[in-house]
Amino acid sequence: MQSNAALEYDYSVVKLYMWTTVIFGFVGMLIGVIIAGQLAWPELNYWIGEYGTFSRLRPLHTNVVVYGFMVSGIYATFYYSAQRVLKVSMGESKLLLFLGKLQFLLYLVAASSMVISEGMGITASKEYAQMEWPLDLLIVVIWVLWGVIMFGLIGMRREKSLYISMWYYIATFLGVAMLYLFNNMEVPTMFFSGGLGAWYHSVSMYAGTNDALVQWWWGHNAVAFVFTVGIIAIIYYFLPKESGQAVYSYKLSLLSFWGLMFVYLWAGSHHLLWSTVPDWMQTMGSIFSVVLILPSWGSAINMLLTMKGEWNQLTENPLIKFMVLASTFYMLSTLEGPIQSVKSVNAIAHFTDWIPGHVHDGVLGWVAFMIFAALMHMSVRVFKREIYSKSMLNAQFWIQTVAVVLYFTSMWIAGITQGMMWRAVDEYGNLMYSFIDTVTVLHPYYAIRAIGGLLYLIGVMMFAYNFFMTAVSGRKLETEPQFRSPMA
Amino acid sequence: MFHWLEKHPFFFAVFVFVVIAFAGLIEILPNFAEAARPVKGLKPYTVLQLAGKEVYKKDNCIACHSQLIRPFKAETDRYGQYSVSGEYAYDRPFLWGSKRTGPDLHRVGNYRTSDWHANHMWDPKSVVPASIMPAYKHQFTNIADIETAYAEAVTVKNVFGTPYGDEIAPGKAAYEKHLKEKVLPEALKIAKEMKNKDVLAMVEQGKIPEIVAMIAYLNRLK
Repeated sequence: MQSNAALEYDYSVVKLYMWTTVIFGFVGMLIGVIIAGQLAWPELNYWIGEYGTFSRLRPLHTNVVVYGFMVSGIYATFYYSAQRVLKVSMGESKLLLFLGKLQFLLYLVAASSMVISEGMGITASKEYAQMEWPLDLLIVVIWVLWGVIMFGLIGMRREKSLYISMWYYIATFLGVAMLYLFNNMEVPTMFFSGGLGAWYHSVSMYAGTNDALVQWWWGHNAVAFVFTVGIIAIIYYFLPKESGQAVYSYKLSLLSFWGLMFVYLWAGSHHLLWSTVPDWMQTMGSIFSVVLILPSWGSAINMLLTMKGEWNQLTENPLIKFMVLASTFYMLSTLEGPIQSVKSVNAIAHFTDWIPGHVHDGVLGWVAFMIFAALMHMSVRVFKREIYSKSMLNAQFWIQTVAVVLYFTSMWIAGITQGMMWRAVDEYGNLMYSFIDTVTVLHPYYAIRAIGGLLYLIGVMMFAYNFFMTAVSGRKLETEPQFRSPMA
Repeated sequence: MFHWLEKHPFFFAVFVFVVIAFAGLIEILPNFAEAARPVKGLKPYTVLQLAGKEVYKKDNCIACHSQLIRPFKAETDRYGQYSVSGEYAYDRPFLWGSKRTGPDLHRVGNYRTSDWHANHMWDPKSVVPASIMPAYKHQFTNIADIETAYAEAVTVKNVFGTPYGDEIAPGKAAYEKHLKEKVLPEALKIAKEMKNKDVLAMVEQGKIPEIVAMIAYLNRLK
């Protein structure tokens, strides 16, 4: 993994994706803060008519964050680290470089069409798969292009063995491709009705319980292959690179990679506990969710032990802070998920705010922290400049850490409170609370969550500013730093 | 073996694919045909109800409302009989939702009236004072896309064999006929129940506001 001075890497595509990561991150989380506010203060729903309601904005929030921020972040880190671990430059192949730029262009078109169409309410309504069929087709093209570039670079590689990050990028590519294709099987209605109705409208290939199974096979594993596998790819490259430490254990990375691949897909049905899905499927989902702790913690522990003997870096380098806390949040989140998958716990937790709480300790604490750290590490090498402000990074770290804690603690309390109130009965066995009682009681928690979200967004703005200033006015560097990123 | 795979990316990718693919095969496929069967007596959605389902999707009601009553006493007391698989046989897509910021709606047609829905969608606080739901006033002026809903009915009939009668057939002429004979009378009935003069006037002119289709759909949920 030592850097190869003779090779001049091409960062043109990396830079483009780095900027979209920052921009989509800000936009997506801004929408998040708005909708969090709307739950606490419903008057906020009315500022732009039908386009400003909570319900219309909520998928925009999730999609812009997932497909804008996270996927951009994964692409940016891929185009950066794949060249380095494979010891090959994008610049060596005019074709791959062109395809990379084309992929970015199509990605921008797809992302903006997604925002516009979902804002207008054009949606297939399956969660994290809301886009209608024309956009689905475009996304397939983008994804396939990514695969072509990935295997193109692999074909040209000078390093025979694939580094761990590449395993995870390959898995991200394959997993998402398979799941996305099957979940988005849909029939465009115009072609089967003699040219009637909206051209973009389609109807799902599956109905009812089957549709639910396929959807949550996707919904759960989109989380697996984007929020988890893609981000593990990032940490396996950037933590060793930033700290100058070798990965703690090769065997542990083997175990956790293949374990994760094998176990993750089974767990999808834990989203459908107590539903009309057959009982044995639900039980499988539960069991495999608990087994999933092993490979998840395997990766996280492998990362934490990589810092063995070098824990002083935690106090000295904010990027290490971000990455170490990220793997800690990853452990929290991958313990919490299995707990929620236990059937009796799920009976209380499902449909409540504990679920968004769980999602956000994962995405805010793990995914976003990793992407911030990776972006800063890359900005030094890509822009050949020193990071603009260390103190600002430190401040961002603490503000966002407080924000995540506020977010998930308030949602834990809100979720369990509501779950218990829904089932509370008096001495005669009658329900104690009407539904609206269980809503009004949540107001303080919704307010705390909105404040947590706002704090996090402030952190994102600090990051965006720091990143921008690094790119334009950080002190120029003569030589590329070997490990630790220099910062002012 | 793993060492070897790391040096042979093609086989590595194939192996990863096999490892991740077969969970889906084992968990999803075996039950596929059985889960697709409707319960006895289940009728497909009317075209107006389908248009209402599109409004439900467009305004993304599933962000806050589920359509899945779990088999617990607390749920059956609150919402009615627990949901069974065959009830969803014509739901494309399924609309179970994953979050209850508002109550479940799977059997809302049993205990709410057209009039109640009309008031509630215009101003939720008028019927539930502490409600945090946004108002959906635009549904009273936006015109529902009946043609697309009809196209969907034709598609599911032809592609998936959903049991519609002969009145659902491809082409503009069949659509116009169905609109006049089936959809408009159904809409008129709901508009009258709503007690909203503007909506009634619109339907009488042959234009169906989204709210009418929406209520047709909600009333169907039983």
